[in-house]
Amino acid sequence: MAVLALVPLAYVASYVVAIGPVDLWQLLARPRIAELLRNTITLALACMAATSVLGVALAVLVERTDLPGRRLWHGLLVAPLAVPAFVNGYAWVSLDRGINGFGGAFAVVTLSYYPLVYLPVVAMLRRLDPALEETAFSLGHSRTRTFRTVVLPQLRPALLGGALLVGLHLLAEFGALSLLRFPTFTTAIYDQYGSTFNGAAATAMAVVLVLLCLVLLLADLRLRGDRRYARVGRGAARTAVPLALGRWRLPLLATVGGVVVLALGVPAFSLLRWLVAGTSTEFPVAELTEALVATLALALAGAVVTTLAAIPVVWLAVRHRGWASTVIERSTYVANALPGIVVGLALVVASLRLVPVVYQTAGLLVAAYAILFLPRAVVTVRAGLEQAPVVLDDVSHSLGLGPLATARRVTLPLIAPSLGAGAALVFLAISTELTATLMLSPIGTSTLATEFWSASSELRYGAAAPYALLLVLVSIPATVLLMRADSPAAQTERVPA
Amino acid sequence: MSSLSITGVTKSFGTGPTATRAVDDVTLHVPHGSFTTVLGPSGCGKTTLLRLIAGFLVPDAGSIAFGDTTVAGDGVRPVPPQARHVGYVPQEGALFPHLDVAANIAFGLPGHARAGREGRERVAEMLDLVELPAHFADRRPDELSGGQQQRVALARSLAPQPAVVLLDEPFSSLDASLRGTTAIAVRRALAATGTTALLVTHDQNEALSLADQVAVMRGGRLVQSAPPAEVYLSPSDPQVAEFVGRAVVLPGTATDARATCALGEVVLSEAATGPVALMIRPEQVYVDLTHAEGVRGSVEEVSYYGHDCAVQVRLDDGTSVLARMAGVRHPVAGDTVHLRVTGLVRAYRPAGAP
Repeated sequence: MAVLALVPLAYVASYVVAIGPVDLWQLLARPRIAELLRNTITLALACMAATSVLGVALAVLVERTDLPGRRLWHGLLVAPLAVPAFVNGYAWVSLDRGINGFGGAFAVVTLSYYPLVYLPVVAMLRRLDPALEETAFSLGHSRTRTFRTVVLPQLRPALLGGALLVGLHLLAEFGALSLLRFPTFTTAIYDQYGSTFNGAAATAMAVVLVLLCLVLLLADLRLRGDRRYARVGRGAARTAVPLALGRWRLPLLATVGGVVVLALGVPAFSLLRWLVAGTSTEFPVAELTEALVATLALALAGAVVTTLAAIPVVWLAVRHRGWASTVIERSTYVANALPGIVVGLALVVASLRLVPVVYQTAGLLVAAYAILFLPRAVVTVRAGLEQAPVVLDDVSHSLGLGPLATARRVTLPLIAPSLGAGAALVFLAISTELTATLMLSPIGTSTLATEFWSASSELRYGAAAPYALLLVLVSIPATVLLMRADSPAAQTERVPA
Repeated sequence: MSSLSITGVTKSFGTGPTATRAVDDVTLHVPHGSFTTVLGPSGCGKTTLLRLIAGFLVPDAGSIAFGDTTVAGDGVRPVPPQARHVGYVPQEGALFPHLDVAANIAFGLPGHARAGREGRERVAEMLDLVELPAHFADRRPDELSGGQQQRVALARSLAPQPAVVLLDEPFSSLDASLRGTTAIAVRRALAATGTTALLVTHDQNEALSLADQVAVMRGGRLVQSAPPAEVYLSPSDPQVAEFVGRAVVLPGTATDARATCALGEVVLSEAATGPVALMIRPEQVYVDLTHAEGVRGSVEEVSYYGHDCAVQVRLDDGTSVLARMAGVRHPVAGDTVHLRVTGLVRAYRPAGAP
């Protein structure tokens, strides 16, 4: 599985070796590439900064102040996760074609991705021991100074981790940026691939894109290494006393409301408007059903394959720590940093060269999904297996149970919820995946994402609306799951010491 | 139930020059139905010894037998842990978090017994044995205190009537007030079932107060195994003496059954001649507040514990001696007192002597 995960990287590396540095430089040293590089980097940095500010500010407002209706706001602020970025892009651009370019892309992507920072920061805030802040108060620090010197440094891993995730998502983002007509490497690779089938130029750009992703990945790996547990001591963490907002209460409430309106209200309004306008003429029930069934089938197959593939990776990483198992686990993370476009391109080329039979089959598409989403399953399943320490196996053995009976009666029941959660996360990701699906789906197979794309890219906004709605609906259950996985109950250990 | 015999067991970790002998030629016999504690500082190999007995590790040399049945060594293929029929109580209990108390206790019972009335009766019996109320059966592990979790862990290990129960520092994560009551409950449960038990600990009080036999380990080796009073009053060497309790070690000169030292003349437990190191327990040092009988000194420091107090005395010749006395009437710093040694004193060959 780890080998499969490295196929895209091997493809890019072998391309670099095959073409040689001189030709590669000639392909890359063009004004167009410089423009793409500038676009990609400025958009990534701007969005990472904006989502960081927005994510932390919203998380603190919801978790640590007396903002009215905090539970409700939390739900509404996470909800945009259920709207894929390309659906969000479609919603905005179909409202006003003037929303495009850097400004449009920046606004839409920030509104789509800020929950990636918001959620981990909220989780960290809930885990922080209020005693740390109370100690700072007792040492004479003010509220703001305590926040700056005590809370913020502890939020740093969650914040940076979230921001890096935004960066990686952005490098891979194709649908939204293509609709908003802001060219980056990913959209340019797709255009090259689609219009001219120019493998060399597309792959040369993929090399740059992969390098950018690896920079972010290395930053993330360093961060993981530095990460420390938020709470040192034992005992139950209390919830912090919320900060009274006073006369700032209403303005801040309006601000949070404004974010929700922009991130959730506008897309919903736009979608419903096109739904009414589009379906007043025709409502293609048969095609919708076909696309829905195909999407669910692919997502189910992908989720099962990916989760099963995650089990041995996690088992090795947790129970047999060593350099080999670390390499295997990390290699799946490398694949995670690769955009769908690169994975798609690599699998097209690799399958045509090595095993042409699988080209244009559902199996290849499922393999692409497994490569893309294995890390999500690994992270979730790993958390589950770490809840099942080896000492429980020892106890079970001492009570007369062999390895199989122990797996059945101890390990599996303990990791089953995380297997389910991992599979659900992968299911969500697959059912709304656009780029690799567009490149690899077998001819004649139409999914919600491909049908949505063919309609919206031809400006048939009304026809795209039902597919967009279904995409959002499919995403809702997994988003709810994500919110629950973040709940305090799931964060605390089951057995207190 | 059966006795436990460990003969010449050795276990090393790592290979080549970095290899360390965690357990080095240990021989220990735990009689049927008795309670032995293995006492040693952390890193002395006591947990490794326990894991060898449980079958989680295989010895490099030596043999382990339950009664007449050899389970490892002597050319016997090591019996896997699930076939050894040992009860294992790890640190912090390690209850199965997905099961309630009843299901945890019944975990090791055969399938037919788990489900039916038989299983429920056994669970109730076990809860009663570890002195927990019957309605605890429905609780989940995270609803129990640390001491309650330990009791359930013991009940779980005893339910299938194991040959031997192994306890790995079971009370170390409990706070002081819970530790005593939980330990006593555990000892009562083990005694009621007549189970052969081996408990590993680094806590001297725990080791001495619970067991029929204390086995002291140091650097992988078993340095003494004897009843608690013998280990305390007649330790095999001065290091053991200082590990199992406070000790005053003074140089002296022995002639047969008597020896002289800074505290005057003392009576030896075993005859010796020439220069010796004398080990005196602080409670053997009698502090006379009224009469000028014995060796004179002045009180430097008093630590008052209520039931007793520790008095640090500087003798006139400069030697510092610790005495322990009942807390009813005690001196204060600066007082002049007279010290005498009561009871028998153990003499050792002095350090550095051949």
